[in-house]
Amino acid sequence: MANHALDQWQLARLGRAIAGAREQGFSLKPLMPFRLGLIGNGTLDLMVPVLTATAARHGFALECITGAYDQYLQDALRPDSALNRSRPDAVLVALDHRGLALQPSPGNEQVAAHTIDAAIGLLDTIRNAVARNSGAVCILQTLAAPPEGLFGSFDRALSGTARNLVDRLNQKVCETVVTSTDLLLDVAGIAETIGLADWHSPAQWNLAKLPFSDDYVALYAEHVCRIMGAMRGKSRRCLVLDLDNTVWGGVIGDDGLEGIQIAQGDATGEAFLSVQQLALALRARGVVLAVSSKNTDAIARRPFREHPDMLLKEDHIAVFQANWEDKATNIRAIAKELALGLDSLVFLDDNPVERGLIRREIPEVAVPELESDPSGYARTLAAAGYFEAIGFSEEDRVRAEMYQANARRLSLQGQTSDLLSYLRSLEMRIVFGSFDRTTRSRVTQLINKSNQFNLTTRRYTESQIEQLEGDGEAVTMHARLVDKFGDNGIIGVVICRLSRPGTWLIDTWLMSCRVLGRCVEQAVLGELLLRARAAGIATLEGLYIPTERNEMVRDHYGKLGFTRIDVGSDGSSRWELSVDTETGDVPMTVERQQPQLLPA
Amino acid sequence: MDRDKIYAKLTSVFRDVFDEDDLSLMPETTAEDVDGWDSLSHIRLVLAVSKSFGVKFSASEIGGLKNVGEFVELIQKKT
Repeated sequence: MANHALDQWQLARLGRAIAGAREQGFSLKPLMPFRLGLIGNGTLDLMVPVLTATAARHGFALECITGAYDQYLQDALRPDSALNRSRPDAVLVALDHRGLALQPSPGNEQVAAHTIDAAIGLLDTIRNAVARNSGAVCILQTLAAPPEGLFGSFDRALSGTARNLVDRLNQKVCETVVTSTDLLLDVAGIAETIGLADWHSPAQWNLAKLPFSDDYVALYAEHVCRIMGAMRGKSRRCLVLDLDNTVWGGVIGDDGLEGIQIAQGDATGEAFLSVQQLALALRARGVVLAVSSKNTDAIARRPFREHPDMLLKEDHIAVFQANWEDKATNIRAIAKELALGLDSLVFLDDNPVERGLIRREIPEVAVPELESDPSGYARTLAAAGYFEAIGFSEEDRVRAEMYQANARRLSLQGQTSDLLSYLRSLEMRIVFGSFDRTTRSRVTQLINKSNQFNLTTRRYTESQIEQLEGDGEAVTMHARLVDKFGDNGIIGVVICRLSRPGTWLIDTWLMSCRVLGRCVEQAVLGELLLRARAAGIATLEGLYIPTERNEMVRDHYGKLGFTRIDVGSDGSSRWELSVDTETGDVPMTVERQQPQLLPA
Repeated sequence: MDRDKIYAKLTSVFRDVFDEDDLSLMPETTAEDVDGWDSLSHIRLVLAVSKSFGVKFSASEIGGLKNVGEFVELIQKKT
């Protein structure tokens, strides 16, 4: 259905076909079952097939339970009504100004207030009865004011006119919705968008008691289904933007920074700015933004970085895919990066070829059809209702940033998994040994010249090192790394001292920067833990002493799983790790150098 | 619009509304002759005819119709 626009008659036929299939016992999987109770005044049955078909577009196998004509109160109040027995997921209360008996009383505030109270009372009765008898939430409607005025403009101001009553009731309905679990279908908003004179058809009301013109049944159904979608978490979460002629006018690669159109005061430029404004507003309410553009990355990023009129900045974009791969591949990559389903994505692109490609390749992605004139882009995107919400929370407000942070973490993970296979391909071998005569000079050299990967920067002379070799309370370790390119020599040094019974304090831990990012730290820790356990030690204590050069290891122990126990005023920190800690696999083989028997 | 064309077009509207692909219409055809022609599908029928011929009907015009022949005459008057 991603590739077909259907009018209401086609929708009705499809809806009847779906209902027929269900009656014959066909499975409607993978559509999600949804039972919608439909009560109200006027002829509602005509909507049912259209609702059923529209729901299928939204991924629902919809079953509508309609009440008897104008029997909405009985349907709600009687526990054994067909409506209540069907255990609906939601009940749409489709009452209009006629159903709620908003009798005008122009100029009579007392009667007007009573009329409003009575109407709200009726709605409350229905809401409470539905909740009690079926457990369903209600979808309440605002009312579309009848367009026939009595006084003219003054209708809006005067108590008790039809317009005044509808305005007041709508306000009350909105208050009810925000203070309860019930939901809102803003019929007033839909009708205003259409135009009240077109929305209300006196002929069709008289002829068939249609509560609004049948021309808008499909639109109405669409709005109902958006709410059902939002209830079930089907609203979309990410807007993927094309760049050239979608976010700015022109082609950045050809027209350059000065040639693209996004300036205020330029008719074309303002059209694109309104796309950017909408994208930013969506982001502020929790929609994640991504870019998919056929461009060279650096060129595509230039307007974001350098163009003074750009509202969108690189920071707003969670995933930026500018390359020459096809867009289906890129959109899949974006979904993966954000850990979102493809059915959470909306793709905005001025190019009909790209839109067609995505609709065909990834029909789960929503692709709004755009006209050639960019002035309509923002409205088309907004009108499509992809990001329908039934509430707004603090969490929504920060969601875009949360997804963005996750995407960053995931892209690091992505690199890590690639990195791991690369590291494995290096065929690394790490060889541990204790300080001895043969390594003494290299160890001393490392201790005195390592600055960056050096936790404590404690310097020792060669004779002090020699003393450590025989010190029963000290543990010394050096690490040599060999890979398929050759022997890197000794690249790591660790000195531990028994600081108190059962605890080794890591006096020195340093490594050569040549082997950074190769998981050598993890391997060293694994060896340390092994030795500590063998020596009956319970705890390793780490120490970080900051210098001007060793910022890179500030969180070294944290990354390795140590717990910080103390932070000094000079920025130093103490860390602890139980020796029972399991360390993960490292992408190298581990060997131990046998103590060599050397002549004294 | 001539009568035959109206019958042809009307037949296709009827088939759509009643989901009956081999439905055929005679001037004497009434609601009794068509399966599922109840008050609700009557509304659907009138709305569909109105849309497909681009004409509007008043309640009194619709209320006075006795059979398909009269419906065709009404459409002919308006097109």
